[in-house]
Amino acid sequence: MSWYTKAIEEKKPHRKTLWVHCKKCKSHIWGEEWEKNLNVCPNCNYHDTITSWQRIELLFDKGSFHELFENISPVDSLNFTDLKGSYKDKIQANKKKSGISESVITGHGKIKGFNVATAIMDFRFLGGSLGSGTGEKILQAANFAYDYGLPYIVFSASGGARMQEGVLSLMQMAKTCAGVARLNKKNIPFISVLLNPTTGGVTASYAMMGDLNISEPGAVIGFAGRRVIEQTIGEKLPDDFQTAEYLLEHGFIDSIVQRKDMRDYLANVLSYYNR
Amino acid sequence: MVVATGVKVIEKAKKQKLSHNSKTSKVSAWETVKISRHPQRPILQDYIQKVFTNFVELHGDRAFGDDTAIIGGFAQIGNQKVMLIGHNKGKNTTEHIERNFGMAKPEGYRKALRLMKLAQRFNLPIVTIIDTPGAFPGLEAEERGQAESIARNITEMANIEVPIISLVIGEGGSGGALGIGVGDRILMLSNAIYSVISPEGCASILWRDAKYAPDAAEALKITAQALLENNIIDEIIKEPAGGAHTDYEQMASEVNKVLLRNLKSLSNYSVAELLDMRFEKYSAMGKFAE
Repeated sequence: MSWYTKAIEEKKPHRKTLWVHCKKCKSHIWGEEWEKNLNVCPNCNYHDTITSWQRIELLFDKGSFHELFENISPVDSLNFTDLKGSYKDKIQANKKKSGISESVITGHGKIKGFNVATAIMDFRFLGGSLGSGTGEKILQAANFAYDYGLPYIVFSASGGARMQEGVLSLMQMAKTCAGVARLNKKNIPFISVLLNPTTGGVTASYAMMGDLNISEPGAVIGFAGRRVIEQTIGEKLPDDFQTAEYLLEHGFIDSIVQRKDMRDYLANVLSYYNR
Repeated sequence: MVVATGVKVIEKAKKQKLSHNSKTSKVSAWETVKISRHPQRPILQDYIQKVFTNFVELHGDRAFGDDTAIIGGFAQIGNQKVMLIGHNKGKNTTEHIERNFGMAKPEGYRKALRLMKLAQRFNLPIVTIIDTPGAFPGLEAEERGQAESIARNITEMANIEVPIISLVIGEGGSGGALGIGVGDRILMLSNAIYSVISPEGCASILWRDAKYAPDAAEALKITAQALLENNIIDEIIKEPAGGAHTDYEQMASEVNKVLLRNLKSLSNYSVAELLDMRFEKYSAMGKFAE
């Protein structure tokens, strides 16, 4: 290896951390500024994904969050193998990559003093897909809310049901909604925050069932995939199709809240819960 | 465009010869898919005629329109009065177009929910018949809240205070099927399928090519037998040798018998017991490590 190749290789990691390339407006943002701005582009207000733990830090009172059901993780019960390999291997790789063991983190904590039960999905883990473990955790957290009479807030970020678990994953839609139905019956508020992206079976189950449905600017929220719809109708869809703004206009969400304002917004809403 | 694609599918299905012989060979998952989509396979209309009597169809979601891809109304099976709701496919091109290939829009799911609440008001058990490739993936469906309508049905079905029996007679296509499928009993005909995604859709995502649909069908474990083994469904209704389309009368009589038996067994429970059992049933679904 010659001296100049080595020098370039050493430089690479620096370039990655120093500058962030906005996926939407393509502008280069100073990494520190990007992070300080909560992974939101200061130029075009694009809300990039953040991890579950980052969101917990952002929203919950310091030291108030307690994780629950953290031992639940996926199993390859169908021995599912596709062209790229087994689901079993994918689970391991995703655990290693993300440092979490399912596509959702569940627990309870305080938002400006208000106690809530919560589930925060993480898109890094198998695209936030809804598997059996995900469904179990979301139901368990709903049951925790039910038992302790706490408002339940679910933050969704998901590509939909997890294909590698077949109909077991489809049934998680019914399972999680059964939990929501019990909260409804007991008049316990359920707030759904739909983040970028929330699609397929997650949108078609608990994520759309919030007493309040909240979103972040520009989040993609939909049922069928954009390409599938374009193939069905044989024409191009408008740019804003299936965005938070589109859903607000069509009456399916209550409000679009900037990431930096989410904590204040949720606390304000929770302050109206008078039971 | 959707019509053209659909027609092509039917024509293709008609040409396919089924090599199914129940006596000698095990049917592959992909062959089962083909049988479940067979153009001569009995559809909801056939069961309405042969299993039920006195069908009183009720229309509309009271909000937007009347979706012909899902129909429902009062019906009688034996001496038992029920609310019957199901996906409405067709058998020829005209019918398929009229009924949108059994792919319901939000107004279809909202009509179904209205009828389920009506069943509760009248204290009638509900029978839902599932046979759909999936919920309609179109612009107007998204615009009117396809996801919300399915989500609401799934959620509210958990609290409906009468027994619900769901029977998959052909294709159980993902959320579009589950939108009327949260039953106290889930039954399937032996050649019906129930899947989280169509084998073609799964193949084009995970195999990068829809031609691997037979592999995807196998991997997804979508046959009645596989679903029974995974504790998803409660019972399989055996089809005549060669498939339901070979003997409508025999198929209808089997369906009649099994539905009546399940209706009877569910009539023994109080509302509280029924809702507890339903909650436990769906709470227990899924496999994970702890």
